Formats: sequence, structure tokens, C-alpha cells
Amino acid sequence: MSKKVKIYSTPSCSFCHRAKDYLKANNIDFEDVDVSLDTQKAEEMVKASGQMGVPVIDIDGQLIVGFDKEKIKALLGI
Amino acid sequence: MYDLIIIGAGPAGITASVYAVRKGLDFLVISEDIGGQTALSGDVANYTGYQFISGPELAAKFEEHISQYNISLKEGETVTQTKKTADCIEVTTNKGSYSAKSLIIASGKRSRQLNVPGEKEFKNRGLTYCATCDGPLFKAKDVVVIGGGNSGLDATMGLLKIVNKIYIVNNAPQLTGDKILIEKVEANSKVTILNSTQVLEIKGETFLNEIKIKTEAKEQTLAVEGIFVEIGLIPNCEFALGIDKNQINEIKIDPENRTNLEGVFAAGDVTDVIEKQIIIAAGEGAKAALSAFKYLSRVL
Repeated sequence: MSKKVKIYSTPSCSFCHRAKDYLKANNIDFEDVDVSLDTQKAEEMVKASGQMGVPVIDIDGQLIVGFDKEKIKALLGI
Repeated sequence: MYDLIIIGAGPAGITASVYAVRKGLDFLVISEDIGGQTALSGDVANYTGYQFISGPELAAKFEEHISQYNISLKEGETVTQTKKTADCIEVTTNKGSYSAKSLIIASGKRSRQLNVPGEKEFKNRGLTYCATCDGPLFKAKDVVVIGGGNSGLDATMGLLKIVNKIYIVNNAPQLTGDKILIEKVEANSKVTILNSTQVLEIKGETFLNEIKIKTEAKEQTLAVEGIFVEIGLIPNCEFALGIDKNQINEIKIDPENRTNLEGVFAAGDVTDVIEKQIIIAAGEGAKAALSAFKYLSRVL
């Protein structure tokens, strides 16, 4: 069963782009949340992760702060 | 053993890689990230061929360029030591060790830290070193930009559209950036400039909520939710054993990008090259790779 993946990002953040490219390259479907446009979603991200840096990647409710390829691999089993 | 190891994958390291491929060298690239400071830059309007491109987009172009070659790349590795021995150069990282006949250090610079209480605790909890990346999270908040040079003023200009109020905390008696930027910042009613001012402490709970500062003898506390540290850069070359550096710890190079150690070259912002620009770093990377190739042709 495929996992639900969400990425909180801003358009100007390089690691966000790299994380999204990485997911695309591995054929992982994900929801992209641009927190620069949506203040409510930004607050949701800050509350959930306890910090304000992007990207935050939500894989089935487990949060990864930053573009941590090893953690992404482990959680997605790729 | 590789012919060459390149440390860093910013404009200098990536351009060196492109040249190393074209010269048919057997080489390895080790880098914490791809794009280096370019990926953290705002708008780039002085890279030939692009009238206008954002930093992250230009970094993506760099990556696209090297991804067409089959390059051995160790991404996400941190170099902890480089050592010149009698017959090779040993490179140790947090994940392994490698050796090569030559080395190009193109590891760039990183943000200088304030070294005040609270800085580490509140990093990413309101304090950031990348206004471009994290700025959008501070919508309608009151923030402080620390630094009155061009990077502080650039950060301020970028934040003006997002935040409610900006205090610029500057340790010099006046702003030191480009005149055109200073005039724009001074004319904006959202900005309060505090010259001759030092940061004493950053405080908060889960997130930071105040900063204690001192202007000459007068101490005060500002209630803010964001702090952007823009006080310059330091070279990433603490790992290089036996290398000659200038008084600000940049690696000394000659016009052929040679360091004092035979077979060890350096390029870009980590060196004492005059002017730190993306296009200059790229050109220096090309020069370093060609010099390394010339060196290898002699010793191989």
C-alpha cells in the first residue's frame, strides 16, 4: 500500500526543490504545501514539527525535518 | 586511488567536475550539498547567459549539467580531514576515507555565527541563517536582521514584503552596504536601524520571543519572533592539514590555483581570490581542474 506523503515547502528553498525532485525520481506521489501562500498550513507545520525550517516531509504522520535522504529512504522503503 | 578528489559542489566544484570529465580523469566529488551558497541566494542577475535567474534555479541548472555525466558523487558527506602524504592525498569524511593523486578544495564558505547565548537553542525556532529560504514563514511578524552589510540589507529588502516590522541590528556606527540599498532601506517606514549595537542574548520558550541588545551603554529588549543572522561568512577549510591561509583563514592560491602543498589546488570562495561571485567561482573551478590535469600529466 502506498504511503501518504506531504511536503511543506517554500518556492525559494533549494532543499525543498531537491526533496521534491527526489520523490519524483522515485515515482512517489506527494502533496506539495506551499507555506509561503498558506499561513494556516505554515502554522500547522510549525506546531507539528516544533520548528520553523523548511522542508518538512510528512510520511504517514511521521515527520522529517530537512532533506534527509536516508530517513526518507527508510520511511518509504526505497 | 583516484586521479583527483574534488571537495564541494557549488559553482567552483561543479565546474571543476565538468572539466575533469572532459579531461577523462578518474575522480570523486565529495560534498555536503549541491549548489552551495548559490542555492541559498536570492535573485541572480549577473551570471552570463541568464539575464535573470533565482539562486535555487541556477543551482538546479548546475546539477542538471553534471547529472548528464556518470560522476562518482558522495553527497551528504562531511570532510573531516585532508592530509598530504609522501605519495598521495588522504581525504577522511564522516562516512569513510579516500585517496587520490591530486585534490581540489572548493568547499566554499558558511554563515558566521553570533556566538551568543540562545543562538543554538533557537536555530530554526525563529532564528535562521537563510532569509531567502525561511522568510515566508514570518508573515506579519516583527523580526530582527543582524548585520548592516550587503547581505543584511538584501535580507531586509526581501523581508519587507512579508513581515510587519524590521529592526536592523548593526555593530558598526553606520550601514556598510551599497549606497542604493542603504537609501532604500533607510526610506522604508517598516525599518528601524540600530547602529553601534551588539546582540547580548536570545530568549524564548519553544520559539524565540525576545532579543537583548546593547547600544553603546544602553541595554534594551526587543519583542520579536524572528531573527535573521547576516553577519558574513567564514571559509570551510578547517579540515585541511598543513595548508597556508591568509589572515581571514582563506586558502592562499597562486594564479594557477595551486596551494603551498604539491598536488593540492583550491577554487572559489574558500580561497583568497579577489571578489566572491558565482561566475568567478565557476571560472576558478575550471582553472583549478585544468591545473590539476596539467599536474597529473607530469606525475602520472
